[in-house]
Amino acid sequence: MFYIFAILAVAGALLVISHGNPVTSAVSLVLTLFATAVLFVLLSAHFVAAVQILVYAGAIMILFLFTVMFLNLRPEALKFDSKNMPFKVSILLIALLFIGYLASLGFSKGLAEPALRGDDGTKIGDFGTVQSVGTSLFTQHLLPFELTSVLIAVAIVGVIAIAKRSEG
Amino acid sequence: MGVSIEHYLVLSSILFVIGAYGVIARKNLLIVLMSLEIMLNSANLAFVAFSRALDDVTGHVFMIMSLTVAAAEVAVGLALIVSIYSHRESLNIDLLKLLKG
Repeated sequence: MFYIFAILAVAGALLVISHGNPVTSAVSLVLTLFATAVLFVLLSAHFVAAVQILVYAGAIMILFLFTVMFLNLRPEALKFDSKNMPFKVSILLIALLFIGYLASLGFSKGLAEPALRGDDGTKIGDFGTVQSVGTSLFTQHLLPFELTSVLIAVAIVGVIAIAKRSEG
Repeated sequence: MGVSIEHYLVLSSILFVIGAYGVIARKNLLIVLMSLEIMLNSANLAFVAFSRALDDVTGHVFMIMSLTVAAAEVAVGLALIVSIYSHRESLNIDLLKLLKG
């Protein structure tokens, strides 16, 4: 189960960065996000999986597709995308990044032992339900939660300001 | 089959690296933004995996925060893209050299 959706997620991500057409990339991104939502369910994070599908695959992807169609890109506006320019440098950077990641995995070995005991379907209590996440969100992390609403308000005002200025 | 947290972390790092390659190498502004989404999503996967390993829902709370930031970032980024396209008639990031509009 894990491997199927891991492969789907990686395939979707590869399609996003390798395809020339933004619409195809957006649909591949939906594939990646849905596969990640399934992995969240496998990690018994049900509420977060639902939020992932609603916000990412719903709102953000609609926004992307709407923008692609709103821009009404001419075919010649997409022709410039050659992938060979910084190819060697970027491959080197990426390889370094990946090696660093795998090295840092060694440090997480110690705490990884009690992991994922609910993987074979055993009872795991209320971990990851709406109630447990909500309780943590509204008691322990109330201030950051309220601050995100300020962030969204700032983003709304900023988007309106940018869009109005480009019009006039 | 024994899927441990390392599997999730390796998958998260693979997704992050793919997204980083997209940000570095692609020149279409829309695709750069989508690659940023992949990177944020892989970080979310790592948060949830660690949250599961440590048996603590704080990772879920932080993932919701990061989701909010991603949504705000996409909204502002797409507004900028619309503005840039109406100025330049192109989304090539090599053309964007001026700080002046």
